[in-house]
Amino acid sequence: MNKQLLLLCSLLLSANGASAALRVFACEPEWGALAKELAGDSANIYTATTAQQDTHHIQARPSLIAQVRRADLVVCTGAGLEDGWLPLVLRRAGNPGVQVGAAGYFSAADYVTLLEKPQRLDRAEGDVHAEGNPHIQLDPRNIQRVADALAERLAELDSEHAADYRQRLQGFSERWQAAIQRWQQQAAPLQGMPIVVFHRGWSYLNHWLGLRQVAELEPLPGVPPSSSHLATILQTMNKAPARAIVRAPYQDRRPVEWLHEHTGIPVLELPYTVGGNEQAGDLFALFDNTLQRLLGVAP
Amino acid sequence: MYKPMIRATAWLSLCASLPVTGVSASELDTIRDEMETLKRTYETQIRALEQRLENAERSADENRAGLADLARSQPAGTAASQKRDNAFNPAISLILQGSVNSYSEDPDSYALPGFQIGGEAGLAREGMTLDETELTLSASVDQLFRAQSTIALHDDEDGTEIGVEEAYVDPLALPAGLGARFGRFYSGIGYLNPVHPHAWDFRDEPLAYRAFLGKQYGDDGVRMTWTAPTDLYVMLGGETLAGNNFPAGESESIKGDVQTLFMKLGGDIGASSAWQGGVSMLTADVHNRAGGGHDHGGETAGAMFSGDSDLYMADFVYKWAPDGNPYRRNLTLQTELFYRKEKGDVTFTEGADTALMDYKGDQTGWYAQIVYQFVPRWRAGLRYDWLSADNDLAVTDLGGFADPEEVIEESGFDNEHHDPQRWSLMLDWNPSEFSRIRAQYNRDESRPDATDHQWMLQYIMSLGSHGAHLF
Repeated sequence: MNKQLLLLCSLLLSANGASAALRVFACEPEWGALAKELAGDSANIYTATTAQQDTHHIQARPSLIAQVRRADLVVCTGAGLEDGWLPLVLRRAGNPGVQVGAAGYFSAADYVTLLEKPQRLDRAEGDVHAEGNPHIQLDPRNIQRVADALAERLAELDSEHAADYRQRLQGFSERWQAAIQRWQQQAAPLQGMPIVVFHRGWSYLNHWLGLRQVAELEPLPGVPPSSSHLATILQTMNKAPARAIVRAPYQDRRPVEWLHEHTGIPVLELPYTVGGNEQAGDLFALFDNTLQRLLGVAP
Repeated sequence: MYKPMIRATAWLSLCASLPVTGVSASELDTIRDEMETLKRTYETQIRALEQRLENAERSADENRAGLADLARSQPAGTAASQKRDNAFNPAISLILQGSVNSYSEDPDSYALPGFQIGGEAGLAREGMTLDETELTLSASVDQLFRAQSTIALHDDEDGTEIGVEEAYVDPLALPAGLGARFGRFYSGIGYLNPVHPHAWDFRDEPLAYRAFLGKQYGDDGVRMTWTAPTDLYVMLGGETLAGNNFPAGESESIKGDVQTLFMKLGGDIGASSAWQGGVSMLTADVHNRAGGGHDHGGETAGAMFSGDSDLYMADFVYKWAPDGNPYRRNLTLQTELFYRKEKGDVTFTEGADTALMDYKGDQTGWYAQIVYQFVPRWRAGLRYDWLSADNDLAVTDLGGFADPEEVIEESGFDNEHHDPQRWSLMLDWNPSEFSRIRAQYNRDESRPDATDHQWMLQYIMSLGSHGAHLF
């Protein structure tokens, strides 16, 4: 009986150590996709959330704890985006290698300059993040910065394949820089185009392309749209209409459609992250599709 | 604006330095060369001066901006050194709770026939009342430990009482899925037991928690857990606890009077659903567990149990949200089953009389609840509670009482041919994840002879850093 138990335990333990591929736990689809670009088949990548989910509000589900338990690297946005669930998942996973501060914990926001760092921290101003706006993935120049750091981290953790990671980074960077050139040329007509957004999740895209965000459906970040706030936006839109109401796949459809019905301004569903629609299958396609859709409503 | 002035002054001084004399052609060439050299020298010097000025202006701008930032981030009068003193402050959160409660029956007559009511179990005070105020502090101690403590303040008859609800330490560096905790903490048994009451979905505890765990079982001790390296979440845990709180009595052994074992399994079903199931066991070596007995208007009556108590529990939770995005709509189903066997002696005291009984307990209970968020911010819930006790009691010493039947009945261990049950309806409004206002109605049939209509209105506010909640 005891022998069998011992055998079972050693089997379970060895199952943990035997798998050769690096196990990556990505909090958001964009980092899962980036890890795939940089690691290819050398890593086993698990993506914790989908484009249909609001990454602020994920539950610390048992399946996530089970995944972090075995992960060699946790890749998240950081800057407070996952505060509602990740700290608990990390604490309960019993995996010291991926705790904050360890080599196995990678926070993308550490490698980019964050916009909209609040000057005042008060919950009366909604769900603000002390470090700045954490929705960094829609500026491709940020993706490049994170890619540089992530490839280095992969090489550090899996030194056996270090050369592979650096080589893949080089290949990715060349294609990515060429794509950025192309996107920037395509995006010329978007300069100054006024848009309405649901949540303050597009600031980096606006910053990159020069889109002008004229209204937010949320009265305060993280607070659901109220009828009085929508009425105010309606008045503004009647005076100076925006070109589009931008919505991410996870966001509530109703307030967006209400505004569309009352103003005639088209609703623009953008993928927001990898997997946000059928076309946005990887990082390149995410930006291709985002631009294509934006250009569809450009003047 | 300074730059043109510098340039003009420099040229003026250059002109002033030229000698004005009668000159030959070769002299003119020399003068031209000298002028050219001078001009170049001055140009270089001017450029250097301009550069210095520009740098000075930029750094002055930066200083101004830096000063402005500093002014914003620091209230007036705060020295910069204080920022350093505070840098390692623990995360602090404060939970404020209050309620208005109304009962159609006298709350003093509340009882669950067949069960002792101990610990913090029971009805909240009638009328307007401040419920527990909880202050939680947590931080990493050093590279090896993380600690957290919750201090609870609440009012009783004698004034405000301060209690250390939890104060525990978690080692940080344990390998291979191992976890540990020592100090005072809520036991990991069951689904709701480790969860702080402010995170519960109803205003009050399920009847089973009231009857079997004294609302919620926390104690001083040690826990070990292990999480399996599998895709299916598998967690095994065990604790040894002092046994100072209900369902134990007074701790009498160094190794602890209470031992628990628990296992949790969990996973996802597609993108929209997640589940967790668990089984738990608690064995207690009980010494002098007080609780129960009928209220007789001022006359002290009480029962005390000593013996063995074994509790078995099973729990299951299922959560659903469209595409796993709970923002607009989500649903939670939750149920827990309890079974307890007890064996030992009960002493029953009323006034100066003390009777002794042989007691064998055989008790079951369960609850099931459904909570549904139908629009953002609004949730509704329905809960059903049921308990049943089948206890064997035999009076071995009447100790001054006249009638053994009366002793058994008054002790509270007799089920009085009644299985307590309760229906609860809840509606809450959550303006943000930090505030909640809740209304609840209970149709409470705990007592054998009366139905209590209980109405409650409650607020829960959380200030400061607010930890993530368990699944």
